Amino acid sequence: MIPLTYMMSLSAIIFAIGVAGVIIRRNILVMFMSIELMLNAVNLSFIALGSRLGSMDGQVIVFFVMTVAAAEAAVGLGIIISIFRNRETVHADELTLMRW
Amino acid sequence: MPPFLYLFLGALAIVSALGVVIQRNPIHSLLSLISTLMIIAILFIGEDAVVVGFLQIIVYAGAIMVLFLFVIWLLNLQAESGPTGHIVLKIFGSLAAAALATELFLFLAAPHLQVKRFHEPAGYGSLESLAGKLFTDYLVAFEVTSVLLLAAVVGAVALARRIPNAAGEGSSDPRAAGAIRAAEASPRVQR
Repeated sequence: MIPLTYMMSLSAIIFAIGVAGVIIRRNILVMFMSIELMLNAVNLSFIALGSRLGSMDGQVIVFFVMTVAAAEAAVGLGIIISIFRNRETVHADELTLMRW
Repeated sequence: MPPFLYLFLGALAIVSALGVVIQRNPIHSLLSLISTLMIIAILFIGEDAVVVGFLQIIVYAGAIMVLFLFVIWLLNLQAESGPTGHIVLKIFGSLAAAALATELFLFLAAPHLQVKRFHEPAGYGSLESLAGKLFTDYLVAFEVTSVLLLAAVVGAVALARRIPNAAGEGSSDPRAAGAIRAAEASPRVQR
């Protein structure tokens, strides 16, 4: 089996790339995708630790994280469509007012 | 999983994750993200989490990413032209991410986290063991998840739907539109 350190390093690197995406990119959709990257990095560490401990709890938690991610994506994309309909932009720097 | 295969898949995952951030066209970012999710699913299967790995492919790389794809089509997003964002932000973001990666690496590779290797019980990662956990220890969380999904479906439909505007298309009376929005928001708040 792969050493735990390798899996955790990969998880850390992917998480950091997701953080960089949220900071650097100004397109709301790409920021959203970066959030999904971060969620998956955490899932990877859950699975790796769970299989080392011989416990199914990590996999169950990953199952729940997937469900929450699906709900989050549905609501978030609904918000993005609603914003685009009103403002004709998905650029985060142009969305500075809380109401219009 | 043999170590060379892990190293290959890990390098591929990092490259495609970088692609999500670097690509200018949102569709290319999305394709990179799908490839990352697929590789992570393969790593799941390599870690004996077979059911979760296939769920990752079906639910994540299948359903959720198609949702993203539809939104990109719907909004007709093109590649961003010209410089995107401030250069200071890019440098700061990259440095912050590098610092975070180093910090996480130092923490996660620390000796105290080297867990003692337990024996995996028979049928580890199978559908039976996952369902057994899910419907006994995590039954309440499972049921609450169904309520969460229902709330998300209702919320997404309510958000994305075109608001019928009593004052006409020009929205000459913003207070009326605000009142309609507030009236529509109240059932969600009650839930």
